[in-house]
Amino acid sequence: MGASDMISMLGGGTADTLLMVFVSTLMGYVIGLPLGVCLTIFDADGISPHPWIYKLLDFVINITRSVPFLILLILIQPFTKMLVGKSYGTTATIVPLTVAAAPFIARMVESSLKEVDKGVIEAAVSLGAKKSTIVTKVLIAEARTSLLVGVTIALGTILGYSAMSGVVGGGGLGDIAIKYGYYRYETDIMLVTVLVLVILMQILQWLGMVMSKKLDRRRG
Amino acid sequence: MAFIEIEHVSKTFDIKSSAVEALKDINLSIEKGEIFGVIGLSGAGKSTLVRCLNRLETPTSGKVIIGGENILELSGEALRKKRQSIGMIFQHFNLLMQRNVIDNVCFPMEIAGISKKEARIKAMEYLRTVDLAEKAYAYPVQLSGGQKQRVAIARVLASNPQIILCDEATSALDPQTTRTILELLKHINKEFGITIVVITHEMRVIEEICDRVAVLDHGRLEELGTVHEVFSNPKTNAAKRLILTKQSEQIEEQIIKGD
Repeated sequence: MGASDMISMLGGGTADTLLMVFVSTLMGYVIGLPLGVCLTIFDADGISPHPWIYKLLDFVINITRSVPFLILLILIQPFTKMLVGKSYGTTATIVPLTVAAAPFIARMVESSLKEVDKGVIEAAVSLGAKKSTIVTKVLIAEARTSLLVGVTIALGTILGYSAMSGVVGGGGLGDIAIKYGYYRYETDIMLVTVLVLVILMQILQWLGMVMSKKLDRRRG
Repeated sequence: MAFIEIEHVSKTFDIKSSAVEALKDINLSIEKGEIFGVIGLSGAGKSTLVRCLNRLETPTSGKVIIGGENILELSGEALRKKRQSIGMIFQHFNLLMQRNVIDNVCFPMEIAGISKKEARIKAMEYLRTVDLAEKAYAYPVQLSGGQKQRVAIARVLASNPQIILCDEATSALDPQTTRTILELLKHINKEFGITIVVITHEMRVIEEICDRVAVLDHGRLEELGTVHEVFSNPKTNAAKRLILTKQSEQIEEQIIKGD
């Protein structure tokens, strides 16, 4: 394989990986953010305590989180096929990635929101704020830097998962690393792929930290 | 009927299968425009009592009638509306740390559905009332304790309340700052006719601003009267103990100063 072929292959793989990671993280938040909010407000000391709903959600999330990603990937293949028509390739991998990301994101959102000072929430209650106002203007607004750090961690974790999905033809950089590096013993391609993954991870981490620092008003 | 009527209020907390009686059959009436103090040592139940006035805590039994309405019968929208007329300031200020000063003051007006433009103009007025207009665009982290409490007072004024509840509002402040905050509360009471209920363990706070005082001890209302009556001629052991504590503190201070 020529150098230009390799570059175009890696370029395509990187684009596929980024697409998978960003779309799955976004979908993960669409499901995980409301779940995390529910975990926060329905908990015994939350603003709308419903211990039974909390316990149920807690249980379901723990179960989905205990299934290893590779197993989950294979387990939900019928579901993936039903949703997107096939069970391999970039688009199809977004489904298991989202399913794996959502409960993980819900937990991170929960822990961020629970860091918000109880006194501030109480002040909002004493001012006659609605629960929805407390969620958006107190919980989420006050926890925004922590939430953003969470987004960074989620992107990083899902980047790792997306590479893993290469084992079952998931598309993207992981797929390339397995196909060329592992099955064909082209170690140089595998190393370059891993290097690209390392660089992607560094950039995501750096961007996340810069943004969360910029948004934090708690430093003087 | 008085403006605030507390009738046979009891509150029991169930903590790990044992019941703790925080309030035992409290009866009190507070008049409109009054500055009313509740004093007691920590654990006396005074915080629980004040939190029953805006339903941050729900009494186990009894009635809390404010402006003719039993707030224990309110729920949902009606309770939120009522809470908007009962402001509260706290020991640790409880400001929104990610919002600047003026946006903190705008918060109650956002809740009340006032337009952003109008809210900003009013917020500036409230900040002038608490003498903090020049800090409008600072963030809470950049302010001193006294300044944070001023923001909290401006925020509470922004909900246009009839009552302000002060839960140990000066306990985290030094004596000098305490005095200026108390002056401000007195001014607000006179200027806007707002009824103020002050909860504290510090006698000097009561002496400085209150008209009447209730002494709370172990969840019971032990003594009630004008500040002068209660402090110069305490009848109950609870009140005597509070005064003794204060005297011994003064003596201690004098010893430290070397007088």
